[in-house]
Amino acid sequence: MYTTAEPDPAGPRPAGPGDVTGDWAEPRPWLVTAVRDEAPDVVTLSCTPPARFRFEPGQFNMLSLPGIGEVPISISGDPAAGGQVLHTIRDVGPVTRALCNLRPGQRAGVRGPYGTSWPLAAAAGGDLVIVAGGVGLPPIRPALYQALHDRDRFGRVMLLYGARTPLDLLFTEEFGMWRARDDVDVRVTVDTAGRQWHGNVGVVPALIPGAGLGPETTAFVVGPEIMMRFTIRALLVAGVPPGRIYLSMERNMHCAAALCGHCQFGPFLVCRDGPVFRYPDVARWLTIREL
Amino acid sequence: MKQTHEPLLRAHKFFANMAPEHVSLLAGCAATATFPPGAFLFREGEPADACYLIRFGRVALEVPAPGRDALTVQTLTEGDVAGFSWLLEPHRWEFDGQASERVLAIRMDGACLRDKCEQDPILGYELMRRFSNLAVARLQATRLQLLDVYGHVHDR
Repeated sequence: MYTTAEPDPAGPRPAGPGDVTGDWAEPRPWLVTAVRDEAPDVVTLSCTPPARFRFEPGQFNMLSLPGIGEVPISISGDPAAGGQVLHTIRDVGPVTRALCNLRPGQRAGVRGPYGTSWPLAAAAGGDLVIVAGGVGLPPIRPALYQALHDRDRFGRVMLLYGARTPLDLLFTEEFGMWRARDDVDVRVTVDTAGRQWHGNVGVVPALIPGAGLGPETTAFVVGPEIMMRFTIRALLVAGVPPGRIYLSMERNMHCAAALCGHCQFGPFLVCRDGPVFRYPDVARWLTIREL
Repeated sequence: MKQTHEPLLRAHKFFANMAPEHVSLLAGCAATATFPPGAFLFREGEPADACYLIRFGRVALEVPAPGRDALTVQTLTEGDVAGFSWLLEPHRWEFDGQASERVLAIRMDGACLRDKCEQDPILGYELMRRFSNLAVARLQATRLQLLDVYGHVHDR
């Protein structure tokens, strides 16, 4: 498995013939201990792994149900919290629907963790801005937890989060807790809202010009790819250096072990070389519509 | 002595790096304005005789709809400018602008701004350039809103 907490100066390692290094493993049954509704079509499964489990912020697991299928799901909980492991899942197809319908006491097959992680060490010493859109918040929440655990290592810590409507906002109870701290700046916006919503309305890149970002800012971006492209443009205009921008790519991952090639993205396999990439390493591939 | 709003204009993001003589000229069109939560800065269809440079608070641009709550299409906050309609005929507001919290703003008189631009084409070009940038940024944001990017996901 190609996993690093530090940016690789050479950039992500492209896939090569015979370069099979992924950790294939049979799924093991994890016990679902709690199910929490986050939004109308989003739930968080709290699971107990059968053995000690460690992960880095940004990594994902492969979750499966016999006879239905397997999907990659980001790990959305606190890496420092032992015991329960959280997976936040949006119901978008047969497999995720079945996972969302699991109840406490049932089990899901899990293998992982896979993929690269958010390079918090690279952000240390400067400001950190996390920009998340929609269900992009769960895969980046562990990075925010870790940044808050190591709060002294950073300057300003900001979360800019956008969703479709107020009903689609995830982890809203935590916003209150984060906002109660004076060392993290949480700004939330929705694309559309009625009068009952008193917060921002607009797209998440529109939060960037007023956020006071600059050359000392490191940005972690996750969300739908179009949202990320608009966000990156706004970050560059705000003066954030390209090399300080990281994003989490999403592709059709099947094996998660760099074996099947379904998640090929230019010269990369997202399951192994990603999902977290440094922007300059993938910039030229982002605008190629055939990829 | 007449109070000048020049320092307030200079402090606002919209006028960043504008030539001092131009800011001085535009200060003659400025007045401070305060709106309590729920107050309307402007209403759809009414004469658009000003724009507002927001210094503090949040303004919701809303479209009223019969039989249902007004829809908020965008919110504007500190550093933003509310109102393009003063610039373009027929000078009528296209949306409602409502203070969703207490708003402190600089009200720029539309007729005064147009007059200054007519008298000084260099200032006029500079102001049009700034408003064009603003309009393009809003257009791009609206395009992204229309794409409804959060609504299209697939099993990863």
